[in-house]
Amino acid sequence: MSVFLFKRLATFLVTLAVASVLVFAVLELLPGNVAQVMLGETATPESIAALEKKLGLDRPPLQRYAFWVGGLLRGQTANSFSYDTPTAELIVERLQVTVPLAALAMALTTALALSLGIFAAARHNKIGDVGVMALSQVGIAIPSFWFAILLILLFAVKLQWVSAGGFPGWTEDDGGGLFEGIKSLVLPAIALALVQAAILARVTRSAVLEVMREDYVRTARAKGLSRRATLWKHVLRNAMIPVLTIMGLQFANLITGTIVVENVFVLPGIGRLVFQAIANRDLVVVRDVVMLLVAVVVVVNFVVDVLYAMVDPRLKASDA
Amino acid sequence: MTTVTVPPHASGLPGFWSRAVRHPSFLAGALLSALLAVAALLSLFWSPYPPADIDIPNKLAAPSAAHWLGTDSLGRDIASQLLVGAQNSIVVGVIAVGIGLAVGVLLGCLAAAKRGWVEEAVMRASDFTFAFPALLSAIMLGAIYGPGLLTGIVAIGIFNIPVFARITRGAANAVWAREFVLASRAAGFGPLRITLDHVLPNIASLLIVQATISFATAILAEAALSYLGLGTQPPQPSWGRMLNEAQTMLFQAPMLAVYPGVAIALSVLGLNLMGDGLRDLLDPRLARRR
Repeated sequence: MSVFLFKRLATFLVTLAVASVLVFAVLELLPGNVAQVMLGETATPESIAALEKKLGLDRPPLQRYAFWVGGLLRGQTANSFSYDTPTAELIVERLQVTVPLAALAMALTTALALSLGIFAAARHNKIGDVGVMALSQVGIAIPSFWFAILLILLFAVKLQWVSAGGFPGWTEDDGGGLFEGIKSLVLPAIALALVQAAILARVTRSAVLEVMREDYVRTARAKGLSRRATLWKHVLRNAMIPVLTIMGLQFANLITGTIVVENVFVLPGIGRLVFQAIANRDLVVVRDVVMLLVAVVVVVNFVVDVLYAMVDPRLKASDA
Repeated sequence: MTTVTVPPHASGLPGFWSRAVRHPSFLAGALLSALLAVAALLSLFWSPYPPADIDIPNKLAAPSAAHWLGTDSLGRDIASQLLVGAQNSIVVGVIAVGIGLAVGVLLGCLAAAKRGWVEEAVMRASDFTFAFPALLSAIMLGAIYGPGLLTGIVAIGIFNIPVFARITRGAANAVWAREFVLASRAAGFGPLRITLDHVLPNIASLLIVQATISFATAILAEAALSYLGLGTQPPQPSWGRMLNEAQTMLFQAPMLAVYPGVAIALSVLGLNLMGDGLRDLLDPRLARRR
């Protein structure tokens, strides 16, 4: 186990390091003159020189890279060009919307996908199964941002139950509150969960069907265990291995989906931050947000890898 | 490690077409995909109106004989924009999948032929690229070079490379383990000749299935990027950008937000159904397991 963990940990750290070099290279070295990109075509040489000095672009690239990574690790980031605030502060503030949204979407996805997948598998090739599969095929084809717009159309425009977007804040001082905050995240979370759940429901169904063909399931049934008990005690536990893997792989989709859906609902999360940064040519914010999101994807994949090995000892043995 | 079953190649399958016409989901998928292709081809020669033509007196017109699906907030004909928008989806799909196929298959074949550190390097690079979803690449490229169709295509194409590299390497490894490859090696043929003569023909059907599904994913990704303003730029019509513009008109003209979404969903549904159908038809063993 320790050899396996060590190998996975080493791969994880190398991936993070290479990712940071790539993000740095793409956003700081490739464009030629970063200060020129940020200030636009009409900038004067004096203003470009001043910004170069402010951003530390007059120092050698290796030193800048070390300074950037060191800052990220200590939580001391550079100031945003357009907000004049450390990017870490901006990001932490925006995560208060993005993290609850992603968590709510993930919870909805899991609940919906597992129940639909198990329902379909238990009725294999019957009308319920065919219906769920057809629905999931449609769910996969619908872009989450379009579904989000349709939800706004129904619940904000037609029924007028909720506002068409925006976020009131988590505290009453901001004019919002816990209930108001959650309320404004429900539609975005549903929009995100639909596509994710459609994919995961199919995986759950296949995984459950696969396990139901195993000898130990037949043995459990032969010794008199009811169909329901077999499903819960033997099938689901083993079927969760592939489901968990796909959930890990889907996490990247959830992250990018959150960025898009935040923009549909005008939620002040990470997604809005990065798009405003692109509009303002604030490469400092773009660099730090992209690095954070890449790091999250890499960390989640690492955790899933380790969990996967803990659940399935065969993998551990073959890889170690 | 994922194991990939290598299907027998399409030309070797007896009665492919006679089975294809009896496969309902393949037929439905092929029909929808053909509709997308026909719309794109037709729009090269004809559309009811030039899609970028502004006609303010006729803005937000309801569907009529003159404007089948009505007009948008600038009086542009919706049906014409949808037709020409299909071109955009096809161009992005073809180039982005083309990038994935060209580079990914090359890397996958190289990994399978060379094994050892080459295979390890290709696989680690693939793992690494998965950390950069198309949207994140597009954000980085868009921040520097400005948003545009090319930015979108490159970002989606880059993401497709590891998808094809992995699937090619898995399937190619399985082919390399077969007796006829052993015979070829014994006869003195090199890795390039074996890859061209045996590996590629044997994994072609698997790649066709993956290309169809990746095409659908590319259409979805392009729509999202254009919606966010990182993809196709005006005046070129795109379904994603039509949705962005429609969102500002939800109260006045809600149907504007429906048509482009239906076009995207039907195209993606068609390609996915066709991909699933092809998988069933090209590899009956996989079909039984599903």
